[in-house]
Amino acid sequence: MEIIKTDVAIIGAGGAGLRAAIAVAESDPGLKVALISKVYPMRSHTVAAEGGAAGVKKPTDSLEYHFHDTVGGGDWLCEQDVVEYFVSQAPVELTQLEHWGCPWSRTEDGHVNVRAFGGMKIERTWFAADKSGFHILHTLFQTSIKYPSIRRFDEHFCVDLVEEDGRCLGVVVIETSTGEFSLIEAKSVIIATGGAGRVFRESTLGGIVTGDGMALAYRHGVALRDMEFVQYHPTCMPVTGLLFTEACRGEGGYLVNKDGYRYLQDYGLGPLQEKPKNKYMELGPRDRLSQAFFFEKQQGRTIEHPTLGSVVHLDLRHLGEAYLHERLPLIYEMAETFMGIDPAKQPIPVRPGVHYTMGGIKVDGRCATSLQGLYAIGECASVGLHGANRLGSNSLTELLVFGKVAGVEAAGNAKSSAPGNSSNLLEQAKAVEQRATELKTKTDGTEKIAVIRKEMAQTMEEGCGIYRVEKTMQATCDKLAELRERFKRINIDDKSSVFNTEWLTAIELDNQLDVALSMAHSAINRKESRGAHQRLDGYEKRDDVNFLKHSEAYYVAGGVPRIALGDVKITKSQPAERVYGAAGEKADQERKESHD
Amino acid sequence: MTENLKIIEIEVLRYNPESDQEPHLEVYSVPFSDDMSVLQGVQYIKDNFDGSLTFRWSCRMAICGSCGMMINGIPKLSCETFLRDYYPDRIRVEAMAHFPIEKDLVVDLSGFIEKLESIQPYIIPKEPRSLDQGEYIQSPKQFNDYIQFTSCINCTLCYAACPQFGLNPDFIGPGAIALLHRYNMDSRDGAAAERMELVASEEGVFNCSAVGYCSEVCPKHVDPANAVNINKTNAAKDYFLRFLSPKGGAK
Ligand SMILES: Cc1cc2nc3c(=O)[nH]c(=O)nc-3n(C[C@H](O)[C@H](O)[C@H](O)COP(=O)(O)OP(=O)(O)OC[C@H]3O[C@@H](n4cnc5c(N)ncnc54)[C@H](O)[C@@H]3O)c2cc1C
Ligand code: SF4
Ligand code: FES
Repeated sequence: MEIIKTDVAIIGAGGAGLRAAIAVAESDPGLKVALISKVYPMRSHTVAAEGGAAGVKKPTDSLEYHFHDTVGGGDWLCEQDVVEYFVSQAPVELTQLEHWGCPWSRTEDGHVNVRAFGGMKIERTWFAADKSGFHILHTLFQTSIKYPSIRRFDEHFCVDLVEEDGRCLGVVVIETSTGEFSLIEAKSVIIATGGAGRVFRESTLGGIVTGDGMALAYRHGVALRDMEFVQYHPTCMPVTGLLFTEACRGEGGYLVNKDGYRYLQDYGLGPLQEKPKNKYMELGPRDRLSQAFFFEKQQGRTIEHPTLGSVVHLDLRHLGEAYLHERLPLIYEMAETFMGIDPAKQPIPVRPGVHYTMGGIKVDGRCATSLQGLYAIGECASVGLHGANRLGSNSLTELLVFGKVAGVEAAGNAKSSAPGNSSNLLEQAKAVEQRATELKTKTDGTEKIAVIRKEMAQTMEEGCGIYRVEKTMQATCDKLAELRERFKRINIDDKSSVFNTEWLTAIELDNQLDVALSMAHSAINRKESRGAHQRLDGYEKRDDVNFLKHSEAYYVAGGVPRIALGDVKITKSQPAERVYGAAGEKADQERKESHD
Repeated sequence: MTENLKIIEIEVLRYNPESDQEPHLEVYSVPFSDDMSVLQGVQYIKDNFDGSLTFRWSCRMAICGSCGMMINGIPKLSCETFLRDYYPDRIRVEAMAHFPIEKDLVVDLSGFIEKLESIQPYIIPKEPRSLDQGEYIQSPKQFNDYIQFTSCINCTLCYAACPQFGLNPDFIGPGAIALLHRYNMDSRDGAAAERMELVASEEGVFNCSAVGYCSEVCPKHVDPANAVNINKTNAAKDYFLRFLSPKGGAK
């Protein structure tokens, strides 16, 4: 087995991993960075983000507003000191990205422009047409090429961490093109592997979004926090789940039911607005919009499409072809290519799809996990920014702000700590190799990967969907336990070494099952409704007495996860009723008066 | 529902370097519905017939650039190409042309990545600016000068289309030159002269024989042929100036 020695190893080269790599390189060019990614960096799923990244920009806006939108949007489950730091660094990081060449859309006078986004009081979403994530990712990737200390391991799949005396000291990777294992010894390790939404069925996510890093940290004793909070995006393409960005609504799109009625006015988001108005109607938060769909469907007011199933319409027609081409070119193209619909002439059928994992690897405000030397950032992490519901456009900025923090922290740690005992680490790595290889070489398997994956996604949708009840959640927990067992008998057709994607998919599925279990058990344990976790079985209300708490799932080998509750950091925003539309405006006013 | 499905024959070029002497075709009968892409077709084969079939994919929405293949001989993104458009004929999918095949539909992209790295694809500031000075100002004209060339998703379809890359694998090629041009045209950047050496080098733009097929297959309308063309003119000018102007060098 090849052994590579580095100072900082970063697993994942999406927006978060790349930003961290650059931060290490800038903080000390003498430190060696190993940047590991199972796909070429520009394939990472950050590429798919459409709408934009939030950071205060307008003179009428303030850090205070951004803070309150985020904390309220998260239904008070945010770490408020983390949010404060985040909103203060957001504009700095977005400007940094501009200096690196990100083609943000601009105003006529040449400044960066901002657009409206759901749950945001003032326009503060920096955007690059509707390809914001694409441009952020490519800008970061291309910029990273400038730093000679960053050594990339493209198409290398990380299978495990190695540790010694409570310190994380490296990673074991498989080179996809050869199937060879290497041990990368490091003094600091950063996990930046993205979300886990592919454990569900219809999602906006790429095939690579399998929660690998979460599973790795989890099996090494680090808690997965707030895993029950999974965001459904209200406007996705039926069947495939592909996303129609919230910017469609930010630019003025309507959501209508089968009667052509803008139903959101009936869900505490009204009164009706002609033009997009922040925090009203279509610009309400995602959890509320997805929940409204659920009720419309129950009332028989969704459109029953012969092949697509139940949908509502996203109507962009009144925006006109020219404007749509300028502001939403990708959306235009997607509607045309994938659905044969001209959005300037026809409304687009949509429904909610799984989009984002609010929870993740538990870290503190400096991105450190409970395992010394191990950090986590981006969608795989729970730094405490999103609480029970993420506001759209906060997460791209999160990649930058906390990517930088983790890079600086990991660099500092690497400089002040000694390397581990190489022979000990190599022993561990060899054991990892043996375990992973057995999965492929054993010949008595009968279970198909595709079947287990499908059943997992199905049961997650049933038990951990937009609305949840004890009985189906329990059925999901049981089903997942059954799938865990069946996974042991998995069969892999492909026994070869070169580019064996079937084998890697099996390793991913192994990770997904553990992550799914943490989600389902965290969900059944939270006996209240908050943000994206909504129950219909007697726990319809938020319960701040018992559940103004983080859920923390701990791995139990061969058993079900152990769920603990952790404190939430509250600094200046006391939990209040979460209201939008006219009621929201009134509450804002009252809060302001009481502060004055 | 299943009985309504039509069946399409997909012929796939298979190659496993550990067991095959050379690539060969295999045919699979795949049930499909009208919304199924070619990518979903090969996924169906992998999930149901042969788990060893190998290809790259991720986003499914034509933005990550992973899933390029030759589809009936034309380089395309398989996630935005639909089976219905070929039915009832048989459809053939093969690895992208002009690249060494690693396995089945996966090609070796390391050469392309090295090219990307070689063009200095980052802003080398004309006038450095500190973060507290805020963003650079770019007029709509300055923005429009380069924005089109930022859309490249590194799918390498243009390389599979380029006959000259087929002949000379060292040619920097359309996609990377488009990206180089993107930085040269950005008002924030001041390193066009530095990049010129590569543009005019043996691996540079003069390899191009102006076929223009690269722009035709580009799924993102980057128009790499145009970028190559402009740089040919620039390189010729530069050459001229170097030898005839007393000051010499690129602008
Ligand atoms: C369609 C869509 C639209 C979105 N739009 C917006 C938006 O407008 N605004 C916003 O703020 N947010 C948006 N989001 C959310 C946001 O884009 C993501 O949360 C964010 O990009 C995740 O970035 P990341 O760096 O954490 O992970 P990713 O970009 O997913 O990168 C993960 C990296 O980890 C690597 N990796 C994973 N597992 C392994 C392994 N085992 N070994 C080696 N490498 C591994 C991958 O190769 C990849 O490089 C959107 C999300 C989607 C899906
Ligand atoms: S220029 Fe077009 S075809 Fe070539 S790599 Fe870029 S996006 Fe693909
Ligand atoms: S799967 Fe991403 S471009 Fe086709």
